[in-house]
Amino acid sequence: MALLRCRGLRKEFAGHVVLDRLDLTVAEHRVVALIGASGSGKSTLLRCVNLLEEVDDGTIELDGEDISDPRVDADRVRRRIGMVFQAYNLFPHLSVLDNITLAPRRVHGRARAEAEAQARDLLDRVGLGAKAHAYPDALSGGQQQRVAIVRALANSPRLMLLDEVTSALDPELVGEVLTMIRDLKADGMTMVLATHEMGFAREVADEVCFLDAGRVVESGPPEQVLGEPTQARTRQFLRRIIEAGRL
Amino acid sequence: MTPREHTPSAAQLRRSAYRRRQSLRSVLIAAFSTAALGTLLVVAVTGAPGWDRVRQSFLDPEIGADALPAVLDGLWLNVRLLVCCAAGALLLGLVIAVLRTLRGPVFFPVRALAAGYTYTFRGLPLIIVLYLLTLGVPGLRLRGMPSVLVLGGLALVLTYGGYLAEVFRAGIESVHPSQLAAARSLGLTYRQTMRHVVLPQAVRRVAPPLLNDVVALQKDVGLVSLAGPIDAVRAAQIATAQSFNYTPYVVAGVLFVLLAIPLIAVTDWVTLRSARRQSGG
Ligand SMILES: Nc1ncnc2c1ncn2[C@@H]1O[C@H](COP(=O)(O)OP(=O)(O)O)[C@@H](O)[C@H]1O
Ligand SMILES: [Mg+2]
Repeated sequence: MALLRCRGLRKEFAGHVVLDRLDLTVAEHRVVALIGASGSGKSTLLRCVNLLEEVDDGTIELDGEDISDPRVDADRVRRRIGMVFQAYNLFPHLSVLDNITLAPRRVHGRARAEAEAQARDLLDRVGLGAKAHAYPDALSGGQQQRVAIVRALANSPRLMLLDEVTSALDPELVGEVLTMIRDLKADGMTMVLATHEMGFAREVADEVCFLDAGRVVESGPPEQVLGEPTQARTRQFLRRIIEAGRL
Repeated sequence: MTPREHTPSAAQLRRSAYRRRQSLRSVLIAAFSTAALGTLLVVAVTGAPGWDRVRQSFLDPEIGADALPAVLDGLWLNVRLLVCCAAGALLLGLVIAVLRTLRGPVFFPVRALAAGYTYTFRGLPLIIVLYLLTLGVPGLRLRGMPSVLVLGGLALVLTYGGYLAEVFRAGIESVHPSQLAAARSLGLTYRQTMRHVVLPQAVRRVAPPLLNDVVALQKDVGLVSLAGPIDAVRAAQIATAQSFNYTPYVVAGVLFVLLAIPLIAVTDWVTLRSARRQSGG
């Protein structure tokens, strides 16, 4: 069954159409990679799914529930969706542990000890147990992004949205974050990820969607979309990526 | 892994020796110029033709000692007013600033009221607010009217609350929208986001200007004496009128500075710390 189903999404900013009758379906336990030039609408799509932006038309269904209905409680919906941003967006005034336990404690009403035990367990699993009491500015970019992923996971989300989570990282730090995403896939997490890492998209994604001017121009298995694209615009985009040495 | 043994090169040794000589020289120059300036000041002031008259009317130890208890009594009033008014004004400022961030048509009246309040009380001179509240309000002869002291304190809270609200608002607006997006994406409500993510960062950032306003408030609390209550300055004025000597004012002035020193020291420390945090990433 589809966990996420977007139909005919439209979003405009001051007359500039950013999402244009966009359709996207994500089945449970599947990983969908969004690729496309900068400005093609990948971030906007993820923000709309997480209800950080209001769509101007179309519907978004999560687990069969229409979450684009203005009557739904957006806070309740967001608890079921984890989101990770390009710039990590950790809370600089909170320690790693407090960053992770904030939502479990305040949103889910867990006891401090219970939330911290869960957080430590998650941190240990990604090799950051020693950093529990560090503050974000004392961590490397890769460590910060891994903490951000753990923070999103602490809510036990049904769906993870990852927005170019490695784009701000130094090349040698990209690997540790990608490893974490691989492990998430192995655990069966449903994910939608916007990415410029074509090699990673090919490896981890079940489906690749190429976005251009707010529409899904081409989608399918990674070998097909990245290997034998049928659309001229996809081929053009991939050629530019190859020229930039990123494939 | 232990670092390799390091022997400084000849060039580095020469550089270190040069820096040591330079710093010794700066210390000597600083000590000498301070001593010279101090001597010059003392000679200029005590050698002035009117020095004896000034010393008699401003620095009479006996009159100062006589006035001290009354001035201290007054100062105790300043301290109590300062603590209550600073707490009240900080709280009011914070509430007003948060109300002004609320979005949506439902909150239009609240936003408008809060904005109107900050415009009015930042524009209105404190003395006028003080007179309106301490002289005007009792004139209504309502039952259960609070004392003039409470009304005067209220005038201070209302005026300073307006300034502090703007400082808090600047702090709130300085928190990047991506922090709000991150908090909301975790399922935190708007209130929880404000309480746990935005306000802690905002308050930290504006702590230096907030404390600066509290230092200014400390000097303004004395204005309630215009309405009757006797603060340190008013007590000094009374003592001066009795002795025809200005020493009590000097006593009050010294006490005010002594009172301000810890507050200013805390302000400097907080400023330094926040500057360091910001430059440290
Ligand atoms: N809040 C906003 N206000 C105005 N324009 C926006 C806003 N967010 C995104 N856009 C515009 O929408 C377009 C798509 O942006 P985005 O979704 O970030 O693309 P991508 O993530 O694929 O690079 C861009 O042209 C961008 O300038
Ligand atoms: Mg983007």
